[in-house]
Amino acid sequence: MRARRLLPLALLGLALPAAAVEYGKVLPEKSQITFTSRQMGVPVSGKFGRFAAQVAFDPARPEAGKATIEIELASIDAGSAEADEEVVGKNWFQTKAFPSARFVSTSVKPLGGGRYEVRGPLTLRGHTQDVTAPFAFKTDGQLAVLDGTFVLKRLDFGVGQGAWGDTDTVANEVQVGFRFVVAPASPGGAK
Amino acid sequence: MSREHELKAPVSYTPVAIGLHWLVALLIFFAWPMGVYMHDLPLSPQKLQYYAWHKWAGVTVFLLAILRLAWRTSHPAPALPEAMPRWQRQAATGLHHLLYLLILVIPLSGWLMSSAKGFQTVWFGLVPLPDLVGKDKELGELLEEVHEALNFTLLGIVGVHVAAAIKHHLVDRDDVLSRMLPFLRRREN
Repeated sequence: MRARRLLPLALLGLALPAAAVEYGKVLPEKSQITFTSRQMGVPVSGKFGRFAAQVAFDPARPEAGKATIEIELASIDAGSAEADEEVVGKNWFQTKAFPSARFVSTSVKPLGGGRYEVRGPLTLRGHTQDVTAPFAFKTDGQLAVLDGTFVLKRLDFGVGQGAWGDTDTVANEVQVGFRFVVAPASPGGAK
Repeated sequence: MSREHELKAPVSYTPVAIGLHWLVALLIFFAWPMGVYMHDLPLSPQKLQYYAWHKWAGVTVFLLAILRLAWRTSHPAPALPEAMPRWQRQAATGLHHLLYLLILVIPLSGWLMSSAKGFQTVWFGLVPLPDLVGKDKELGELLEEVHEALNFTLLGIVGVHVAAAIKHHLVDRDDVLSRMLPFLRRREN
């Protein structure tokens, strides 16, 4: 029943890629926030298990796109048990005082070829700085996939205090990746 | 104190073989205690450095071991003293083979363990080694046990190796040790 109702819309979507479909319902179990740091030249990957993401994106009106992401920092998987324990502590995220990181978009602009760029303040460990992240938009059936990365300089946010400030051991640059799978905002998809 | 050598057998190892032997020994004397020490440290930048240095040393030992084997095939070892009993010759040959095997297999087990624990090995922070196994907690723990067991086997065998060399030099008073340490060669004739 539902599939039959959605099929013409899907076909419409194929014919008109810029059809006014606003995607607004993030599917958390299909979405992910990952990162890769470099320790003594070794890339080490991790991810955050829990985050709340509100994304509103319509490829026909990218400038109107909005995102608010709140990451529960203690849900980190930093690659090993001892690293998980260390990074929530006072030298790193200090999650007791700063339990979450928050990003709020202020602008989205198209880069062409299905690519866009989102910009906005990121608040982490009491520091707020603008970050800019390019991302790609793709549709996967009824869903939209927004896939992007940006480089975060951890010391800009005071992440890695004391001896951990040594960037020869743990690089300042952390590659952050995100992938949000977003369903249409209203049932049926079109507005 | 008489020394008899077979006519064609070299008296000493080649300088290259001697250099490689001592380089590998030095790296093991560095990496082995480092491995024991670093393991229980709380996480710190030092710990990450020690792990990196330990792995760099291990990869280097592995590469030098291959070089040594290649060199050995074209440059045979000097003959053992004729006076050595047969069982001792066999034991010496067997232990040497085991040592070669261990200096290949121990770095290999460390490399695989590292991959299984989710940490790639990047030689000198520059040359990434491929991860031959994916991240796998149980495999990582198993390989850790294997790496440890092999290392304590190495410790035991190196102990016998060193004791035998000293015994040859001080008790048998032959030239077995001086083949690897030419400055110890007894002056005679």
